[in-house]
Amino acid sequence: MSEVLLEATNMKMQFGGLCAVDGFNLTLRSGELVGLIGPNGAGKTTCFNCLTSVYKPTEGVVKIRSVDTKRLRPWQISKLGMTRTFQNIRLFRDLSVLDNVIVAGLQHTRHSLLDSALRTPRHFIEEARLKERALELLAIFNLQDKAHLQSGGLPYGEQRRLEIVRALATEPRLILLDEPAAGMNHSETEELMKTIAKIRKDFHLAVLLIEHDMKLVMGICERIIVLDHGVIIAEGTPSEIQSNPTVIAAYLGTED
Amino acid sequence: MDQSSAQEFIQHLINGISLGSIYALIALGYTMVYGILQLINFAHSEVYMVGAFAAYYTGKGLGLDQHPGFGALFALLLAAVVVCSILGVTIERLAYRPLRKAPKLNILITAIGVSLLLQYSGQIIFGADPKLFPEVIKDVTVFQLGGVEVRSLDITILVVGTLVMIGLHFLVHATKIGTAMRAVSSNTMVARLMGINVDQVISFTFVIGSSLAGIASVLVGLKYPKIDPLMGMLFGIKAFVAAVLGGIGSLPGAMLGGVILGLSEEMVVGYLSSTYRDALAFGILIVILLFRPSGLLGSQTREKV
Repeated sequence: MSEVLLEATNMKMQFGGLCAVDGFNLTLRSGELVGLIGPNGAGKTTCFNCLTSVYKPTEGVVKIRSVDTKRLRPWQISKLGMTRTFQNIRLFRDLSVLDNVIVAGLQHTRHSLLDSALRTPRHFIEEARLKERALELLAIFNLQDKAHLQSGGLPYGEQRRLEIVRALATEPRLILLDEPAAGMNHSETEELMKTIAKIRKDFHLAVLLIEHDMKLVMGICERIIVLDHGVIIAEGTPSEIQSNPTVIAAYLGTED
Repeated sequence: MDQSSAQEFIQHLINGISLGSIYALIALGYTMVYGILQLINFAHSEVYMVGAFAAYYTGKGLGLDQHPGFGALFALLLAAVVVCSILGVTIERLAYRPLRKAPKLNILITAIGVSLLLQYSGQIIFGADPKLFPEVIKDVTVFQLGGVEVRSLDITILVVGTLVMIGLHFLVHATKIGTAMRAVSSNTMVARLMGINVDQVISFTFVIGSSLAGIASVLVGLKYPKIDPLMGMLFGIKAFVAAVLGGIGSLPGAMLGGVILGLSEEMVVGYLSSTYRDALAFGILIVILLFRPSGLLGSQTREKV
C-alpha cells in the first residue's frame, strides 16, 4: 500500500452559527488524483483552507504524512511536501514571474546571507540552480518567455498557470488545486486538465482537485468526493458518482 | 542669478541633500515595517533616540571625542546599530507579535504606547536634560568649489547614507532573505504556504529597519549634537512624512521622499524663514493625503477580496 500523504478525520469548521464543513474525512495516498466537487457554497474551499492550516478547524484532526498539522508552524507544511493554488488568484503581484517561482524554491536552498554578502561559490551555485529550475518549470507551462514580466500584469489564464508553477517549485508530493480552470474557456480547460495529468505523472504527484463543473473532473479523477452543505454526500469512482441519485439531486435540485 | 546667490543656492542644496539622506534612512525603517506588517511603527522614532544615546555613552565611555576619526565613527555606528537592532526585535517580540492576529488598530495603538513608554523611560534613565553628542568627525571645510564650502560632515553623511542605501538595495533584491521579504510584503499568507518562515522575516525586517535608524541617529548626532530623550518625536514624524510622501511601503519612495523633504526644508529655511521649517513637513503631509494618498511612488492599494 502506498504512503498516506494527507488524512483528515472528522474535520469540522464553524464560523459563528454557520457550520461550513462538518464530519469531513479524507485519506489521500501518494500518486492519487482525487476530485472534490460540489455545488457553489458547498464548503470545498473551506476544506482546502482547513487542510492547509489557513483556517484552524474547529474540530477534528488533519495529518500530513502522519504529522498533526496542529503541531506544525504554517511554513512547515510546505516542507512536508504539501502545497496549493487558490481559486481567486494569489500571486505575489508586484514580483516578477520568475521571482514568484523562486520564492517557492527558497526553502530548498542552502546558501546563507553571509554567502550572498561575500559572494561565495555556494551563493552562485545555489542561485543558478534555483533560477534554472524555475525556468524549467515555467517552460512546462509555456511561461518561460514571460519570466521577467511583473506577474500581476499577466493575462488571467497565464496567472492561473503561474500559480501551478509556483506550487510545483515547492517540490511537493501533494498538490491541492482550487478550481484551476475557473474562468477558462472550454479548450483552455481541456488543455489544462491534460497538463495536470502530465505533471502528476512526471512529478509523481498526488493531486486533490476542486472543481465546480462535474463533467470536467470525470475525465481525469480516479476517485471523487461530493460535498454539499458542508457534508460529504457521496464518494466513489466517476461512474458511481454520475449515477448517484443524491448527487444528481444536490446539483439539480429535487421535485418536492 | 549673480554669483553669490548661486553659491548660496548650491550650499543649501548640499545641506538639503545631507539632511534628506538622514530622513531617508529613518523613513526606510517606517516603510519596511509597513510593507511587511501594514503597521505604522510609531516606536521607530524612539528606537532612533535610543540609538543616539547608545552612541553617546559608547563615545563617552571610550573617550572617543578625544580621538576623532573614522575609527571612532565606526565604533559609534556599531554601538547604535547593535543596540537598535536588539531593541527593535524585542519590541516586535513583546509588543507586536502577540497581537499578530488582532485588528490592525490594536497594534497601532500598542505602537504609540511603546513609543511613549520609551520616551519617558528615556527621561528617567538618561535624564531629561540635553546631552552633547561626542564630536568624532571634526566639521571642517574639506574643499571650496567656486566659493561653495564642502564640509567634512556633509561628505560623511552623504557617503554613509549612500553606502547604506546601496547595501539595502542589494539586500532586498539579491539575497534570499530579501526575496522572502518582498514575498511576505506582497502576500503574507501565501508566502507562508510557500514555505517561508514569516516570523523570521518579520524579525529580520525589524533588525534592518532599526539598524538604519541607529545609523541615522549617529549622523544626526554629528550634525545637530544636542540629544535628549524626546528628540525622536519631531524628527521621527518628519521621517514618517517622508515615507508617506514617497509612498509608504516603497523603498525607493522612502529615499526620494526623504531627499525631497530635506531639500524643501533647507530651501524654506534659506529663502523664507526658519519659523516655517516644521510647518512645511506637515503641510506636505496634508497636500499628499489630499491629492495623492498613495504617495509619489506608492502603488494604489486594491481592496483584497
